[in-house]
Amino acid sequence: MQKLLLLGDEAIAQAALDAGLSGIYAYPGTPSTEITEFVQNSRFAHENHIHSNWSTNEKTAMESALGMSYAGKRAMVCMKHVGLNVAADPFINSAITGANGGLIVVSADDPSMHSSQNEQDSRFYGKFALVPILEPSDQQEAYDMVHYGFEFSEKYKVPVLMRITTRMAHSRSGVARKAEIRKQNDLKMPSDLRQFVLLPNIARKRYKNLLRDHSSFITESESSPFNKYIDGPDKSLGIIVCGIAYNYLLENFADRNVPHPVLKIGQYPMPRTLVEKMADECDEILVIEDGYPVVEELLKGYLGRGLKVKGRLDGTLPRDGELNPNLVAVALGKPDTFGLPVPELVVGRPPSLCSGCPHIDSYYALSETLSALSNGRVFSDIGCYTLGALKPYEAINSCVDMGASITMAKGAADAGLIPAVAVIGDSTFTHSGMTGLLDAVNDKSPITIMILDNGTTAMTGGQDSPGFGKIEEICKGLGVEEAHIRILKPLKKYHDENVAIMKEELAYAGVSVIIPRRECIVAIDKRIRDKFRNK
Amino acid sequence: MKKDIILAGVGGQGIISIASIIGYAALEQGMFLKQSEVHGMSQRGGDVSSNLRISHNHIASDLIPFGQADMIISVEPLESLRYLPYLSGEGWVITNTRPFNNIPNYPDIDKVIEEIAKVPHHIALDAEATAKEAGSTKATNIVILGAASPFLGMAYEKLEDAIRFIFRKKGDKIIDMNLIALKAGRDFAEQHM
Repeated sequence: MQKLLLLGDEAIAQAALDAGLSGIYAYPGTPSTEITEFVQNSRFAHENHIHSNWSTNEKTAMESALGMSYAGKRAMVCMKHVGLNVAADPFINSAITGANGGLIVVSADDPSMHSSQNEQDSRFYGKFALVPILEPSDQQEAYDMVHYGFEFSEKYKVPVLMRITTRMAHSRSGVARKAEIRKQNDLKMPSDLRQFVLLPNIARKRYKNLLRDHSSFITESESSPFNKYIDGPDKSLGIIVCGIAYNYLLENFADRNVPHPVLKIGQYPMPRTLVEKMADECDEILVIEDGYPVVEELLKGYLGRGLKVKGRLDGTLPRDGELNPNLVAVALGKPDTFGLPVPELVVGRPPSLCSGCPHIDSYYALSETLSALSNGRVFSDIGCYTLGALKPYEAINSCVDMGASITMAKGAADAGLIPAVAVIGDSTFTHSGMTGLLDAVNDKSPITIMILDNGTTAMTGGQDSPGFGKIEEICKGLGVEEAHIRILKPLKKYHDENVAIMKEELAYAGVSVIIPRRECIVAIDKRIRDKFRNK
Repeated sequence: MKKDIILAGVGGQGIISIASIIGYAALEQGMFLKQSEVHGMSQRGGDVSSNLRISHNHIASDLIPFGQADMIISVEPLESLRYLPYLSGEGWVITNTRPFNNIPNYPDIDKVIEEIAKVPHHIALDAEATAKEAGSTKATNIVILGAASPFLGMAYEKLEDAIRFIFRKKGDKIIDMNLIALKAGRDFAEQHM
């Protein structure tokens, strides 16, 4: 079969479809978004009734996927790394319940924080939950691993975590598909209907099962096609290399022959016997891994008195940030390579709010409203509107995690910062803001919450917003007084009117919700182009 | 044959289209390809770049090492300079000279052009004006691709075929306009190499 040119994300989605997927669940998040979008755009998926609608957040996605697995079908759940924090509760517990139909959890890490607020390493979560982890080194492996992962998940009745990074997710290369498309599983209940009931006495048994199986996972890792021990003559150094870092290693040897023994890791827990072999025959070990020094710490131990291990912890490689071929060259003691320096006149070009973006008008009105008060009162959230932190707006003072705007404003108001303002997008509000709003309502907190409603999940490319058309009903339902739910149109011509409304609500000593509502300019553009195309 | 290419521009300027056309042409010739793209936050008017590697042999890294790119293809002059650390001594910069000015501190454009002129091997043209003559400023990226075409190590016709394929759903008029834009860029490069 001819090779397809696929992003890592697309290779994972294509593999899932070919492996008998019945449903994919996700909330959009860079760099994971394209996995679900690929399924949404697939005719095959539509014809075969494969579920692919967006979930409200990663926790609901994880739980829905677990439910599909319970019913015997193959399910995938996808998120960016910080999404796994949101889904952590069901994720960790799914290791205890185990799976029924194959269940793969894809978490896309973002070393160097290209589009994220941290660079946490999802492999920690895999280890924490005691589940097997797959980490591809290229797009073909990503494709193959999904098939393997579903089989593994059904063999051991355990969820499998697949860890990718931005570079894997958003890089394209040729992928050969399997010749046969596997049929979806039939509906099939778990053989033990108490398997998923985590009452303490059941959970204790399930946990013992997981611990027992964990030693099998190590054995599986030792014979896995994704873990390879490649011998080399120069035993002064052994190299353990994880996931995509393998490519950076090979790049440094023109003939692809590394003179040292190399242990290429694509499946965890770590293959113990292979690591022992390397420790026995090599003087020291270099660990090359993107993300945190997970393997390096494991080998080194707390006191570091055993093996001689080099990597991110001793400065052989940088402690933070994404790896690249040059960093690996230097770690190998090879000469670094340089091009021309960047001329001094080159300035940064940070992302910015689009011309015509409704958030611009919202921020100008808000900043004027607050101009008479001391600075530092605006708690914001995750989305395009986070760019309001930059010049020329400089309108917000926090961005921490999905939904934190409302609850941080509440906490600051509790401390005496009155008025405090929260700025959150419509999709972020339904993702994780609603529960915080209920806290504020129950406490009658003197905060003003701006829900910037542009009708879409804009930052990740304009996906459906789960609360579309329901925002004020949700606020009412949570107990916000109707008189203090104000809807405005963020346009320059209504600026004075909007400022007046904001002033009124800031003066109110209770929960106010202001909803500046205007469609995202990029979404309008896309809508019009689609309309034109379909004519 | 192996070409390591840095594509540069500002979010929305169509560098992924350039990559798709070169990529399609390379695959049609049975070459290997790796292309790393930028998605997400930087697409909102920020600087964007893509690493495109094509080769008759297996390609290891998704990222091009510093000092080893055969060319920087840029749809924006300031952006062409940002990636100079990737360029090899023999490498070419092919860039638009028309600035995309969406930042308050954009440097003097004449000084930017002077810096481009200091790069030993470069092709600099007002691709927007050339594209307008060809039919639409929307083909600015294709003019730049045309200007880069003599350095790609593949037959010009392969790029024409790739344009016909990539734009196949957009109709003959769009295809023809893009082919004219490609040729205009090519002609400029051949006169200025």
